[in-house]
Amino acid sequence: MSQVNRLTGGQIDRSQTLKFKFDGKNFEGHPGDTLASALLANGVRLMGRSFKYHRPRGALTAGSEEPNAIVELREGARQEPNTRATTAELFEGLTAKSQNKIGSLKFDLMAINDRFSNFLTAGFYYKTFMWPAAFWEKVYEPIIRNAAGLGSISFKDDPDSYDRGFLHCDLLIIGAGPAGLAAALVAAKSGAEVILADEDFNMGGRLNSERFSLNHQSGVDWALSTVLELQSFQNVRLMPRTTILGAFDHGIYGALERVSDHLLVPLAGKPRQILWQIYTKRSLLCAGATERPIAFENNDRPGIMLAGAMRSYANRWAVTPSQSVAIFTNNDDGHKTAIDLKALGVNIAGVVDIRLDAPDSDLYEVIAGGQVIDTNGRLGLTSITVSTPNGKTRCLTCGALGVSGGWNPNIHLTSHHRGRPVWNDDIAAFCPPIDGPAGLSVAGAALGSFTTTGALLSGAKQATEALEELGFKTKKAVLPEAEGTITKMTPFWYVEGCTRAWLDQQNDVTVKDVKLSHQENFVSVEHLKRYTTLGMATDQGKTSNMGGLAIMAELTGKTIPQVGTTIFRPPYTPTAIGAFAGRDRDKDFRPIRKTPSHKWAEEQGAVFVEVGMWLRAQWFPKSNERHWRESVDREVLATRNSVGICDVTTLGKIDVQGSDAAIFLNKIYANGFAKLAIGKTRYGLMLREDGIVMDDGTAGRLAEDHFVVTTTTANAVPVYRHMEFARQCLWPDLDVQLISTTESWAQYAVAGPNARRLLLKVVDPSFDISNEAFPFMGCANITVFGGLRARLFRISFSGELAFEIAVPTRYGDAMMRRLMKEGEEFDVTPYGTEALGVMRIEKGHATGNELNGTTTALNLGMGLMVSKKKDSIGSTLSERVGMNPEDALKLVGFRPVNPKDPVPAGSHLMTKGDPVDAAHDQGYITSACYSPNLGYSIAIGYLKSGDTRKGEIMRLVSPLAGYDHEVEVVSAHFLDPEGERMRA
Amino acid sequence: MKKVWVIIHSYIKRNRIMIINHPILGPRDSAEFTYIGDAALIDRPDWQAEDALAQFVDYGYLRDNPAGKHKELWFHEQGDRSFLVVTRDTTTHEISGVELARDVARKRGRRK
Repeated sequence: MSQVNRLTGGQIDRSQTLKFKFDGKNFEGHPGDTLASALLANGVRLMGRSFKYHRPRGALTAGSEEPNAIVELREGARQEPNTRATTAELFEGLTAKSQNKIGSLKFDLMAINDRFSNFLTAGFYYKTFMWPAAFWEKVYEPIIRNAAGLGSISFKDDPDSYDRGFLHCDLLIIGAGPAGLAAALVAAKSGAEVILADEDFNMGGRLNSERFSLNHQSGVDWALSTVLELQSFQNVRLMPRTTILGAFDHGIYGALERVSDHLLVPLAGKPRQILWQIYTKRSLLCAGATERPIAFENNDRPGIMLAGAMRSYANRWAVTPSQSVAIFTNNDDGHKTAIDLKALGVNIAGVVDIRLDAPDSDLYEVIAGGQVIDTNGRLGLTSITVSTPNGKTRCLTCGALGVSGGWNPNIHLTSHHRGRPVWNDDIAAFCPPIDGPAGLSVAGAALGSFTTTGALLSGAKQATEALEELGFKTKKAVLPEAEGTITKMTPFWYVEGCTRAWLDQQNDVTVKDVKLSHQENFVSVEHLKRYTTLGMATDQGKTSNMGGLAIMAELTGKTIPQVGTTIFRPPYTPTAIGAFAGRDRDKDFRPIRKTPSHKWAEEQGAVFVEVGMWLRAQWFPKSNERHWRESVDREVLATRNSVGICDVTTLGKIDVQGSDAAIFLNKIYANGFAKLAIGKTRYGLMLREDGIVMDDGTAGRLAEDHFVVTTTTANAVPVYRHMEFARQCLWPDLDVQLISTTESWAQYAVAGPNARRLLLKVVDPSFDISNEAFPFMGCANITVFGGLRARLFRISFSGELAFEIAVPTRYGDAMMRRLMKEGEEFDVTPYGTEALGVMRIEKGHATGNELNGTTTALNLGMGLMVSKKKDSIGSTLSERVGMNPEDALKLVGFRPVNPKDPVPAGSHLMTKGDPVDAAHDQGYITSACYSPNLGYSIAIGYLKSGDTRKGEIMRLVSPLAGYDHEVEVVSAHFLDPEGERMRA
Repeated sequence: MKKVWVIIHSYIKRNRIMIINHPILGPRDSAEFTYIGDAALIDRPDWQAEDALAQFVDYGYLRDNPAGKHKELWFHEQGDRSFLVVTRDTTTHEISGVELARDVARKRGRRK
């Protein structure tokens, strides 16, 4: 099919032809076309199906407010659903598919919904799928889910990249129509830093769609020459294809620049889109206005569009939806469309004007006082039925109908801070609120100034005022002569007696639905919106809200301003999730932290686990090991029998220095630290102010005024924050400084009966690390390998004779390799977090599973550690009655009565003979493992009065996993309860 | 679906985008800060007071929730690690004052 509906003129490049495909058929268009304009040029009016009734639909508008012509653009991984054909720029090789259909666009199986429209009214789902209840999950929901949703996604990874950027300016001008361009000219000459952003690919706004002239130039040429002039200013940044999505706090605006959407594939190294954060001192909204339709019976057929859009298609894109068109209007602006199309050779079947005093014309027939009462044409308009004031009806044959119900200022951004729009009777529309975002002014049609002269003047005026306030000197703007006739309009929202007259074409909301909503007492605008879904589609009701409000006003006997309006939220137009994600996707979604020995561990074939963003070795499988348990059991036994090494770099390390360091730690930890001797380390229990355990760790005193605090890996950041809070906000005069040194030191646990023998080969001989000179819980600054500074702590998580040795990070890799080499004679074994976990459960040591945000010191069996003789964070509230019940949960150990049974974490404990229910719950398992030393599964967990119930046989149940067997309550110290090994 | 929410949430969190005029460092993007809570957290009760427990319960659990000016703690976690007391209008997000929390704490009589 050739471009049968292409007219003369327009802003398209006829020297080039672009080939594209829609629903598998080949078409041609030209650079400058949108997908919608090119389809109309080819005689295609049917572009999609509606969401609910699957009614045939075509383009209603020529811009981003489009509710109907929504397509899946591109193919394969780049397929993008819900793209507006009216803004999609045509490019060579474009492919698009229509949405919301089963079968073909012309014969959609789901169109059956239209026949059942009497049932599918507002609230249909709420009322219908109530019974039987059991049907919901298996029957109703799958059917509804299959039918619902707009478009489909490819389920493939997006091959393009998206960027995020930051810009700063004195004045941001939003919209490059006559108001925006006039404002930009004033601002450019003042020397201010200016950004002019417009969602269109051609700046000029409405000037590109009209035929009138400015200073003997056409509007198009004036816009073009102004843009060229603005380009010559260093202080002006022009941003076409950029939508300002939202007004945020403190003059910050979000903007989406579509860098590559007009290309088949982005240029090398270029992102698809950029999400900008624009920091402004002042901003000026020149977003223009959106035409509103009139509701009448069957007003949604392909070919029926807004009159202003029809004029845009004719003047800008040299396209008419049909060779014979009619107009339905309540204002003079509708007549302009008839005049312009007539001038381009299109037959005007008639202009139906609701006003009895409608202006007459020599060019076409005017039916003054007429109304369109119905339309015909299944897949596209063929004729309209018109009622005349003398009570007769007439049928006009036409393939397109332009509808104009007046214009609404585009005030969306002014409501983003909850400002309530203000009704203006002169234009029968809502205007910007007085309490809009601070620093944002409004000009042009967005302010309700609908003439070109008015737009130019108000743009220049608002820019001048904003710039003067910022201290810039402005010159009086020289503006071109332009049309300035105020358009006469008589408010008219819907044709009396219509029912299946669409208000919201994207969500299929009709006049009848609004009436039903009123009948069922959903009369507040917020209720109306949610009950009928009016204005809740991706177009945010840009063309539909006003009609709904007007009808509700009439039904409730109020005025439109009394009924009020819902307000708008960002984003102004739908925005792809990819743009919000930017570069933060896949492995860049969040940072990964690697310890200095990571490369070494990888060489050993370690399996890693993510802990607090760190990758930690979980176990080190040998080639003959088939199951992870084999590796873990081997690592545990090797450590307990000779010596093992574990990378503990990831544990949080906080350096605490200053003359008041000991006093500070005494306030941070529940147990006492003031008297800790130099060269000693102590276990520290840290409480939140509410008395719940926050974290535990150790603090070693390296000097009178120097401590090193360790935290668990996951809590390193919160604990540091907590300590800074205490230092700055609670005790501001303490002489104490904090710094996180987690990443400054590589630290290794060396554990097992041969740990000291191994370290003797590492630590310089001037340091005595014998049990007498360096006993359990000792700490010291030392040197290793002939002078390398290091820190040595004699602390043990495994329960073995153990040391933790720290070296500056850059020596971490070398340290690990040397320890392994020096340890060969002891068969030294690296162990991962799983073996670490097994050994700490065997010793009954608590970790994250036990410190779960509900745990008190009492639960851990450490109630006596909370000193009553001093003030520490959490000490007062930990004394509350509710936290100290007689039968408090206590941390104890469990072993299965039948050694073959597991004791899985998460299982609950019940007294034998009691029913299994929450009321009789006695406690739960927090950590469990298989102990290779004992030969059966063991666990620790919380049990009511657990410390007095050792020896009791309990029922361990997990209704979820299906466990129900007996366990014995035992001490949590399964191995070496006296701690002789670690003191050896 | 969960991942989409994570992305949106992380965007919102990072793009809380307000500007906090740090007393030492000048205007900084709020994304550099961690919000801590009501600046009343500075007024930790005396543990030896007669009614210390009741005071601590109030301190720990009761907050005013004004529609309007609110003094709150912000931690410059991705910056110089200062705690700031920011006076922010909860209805407009207008920030009318920023002080170092340490100075505020001293003014309120906190010492060692």
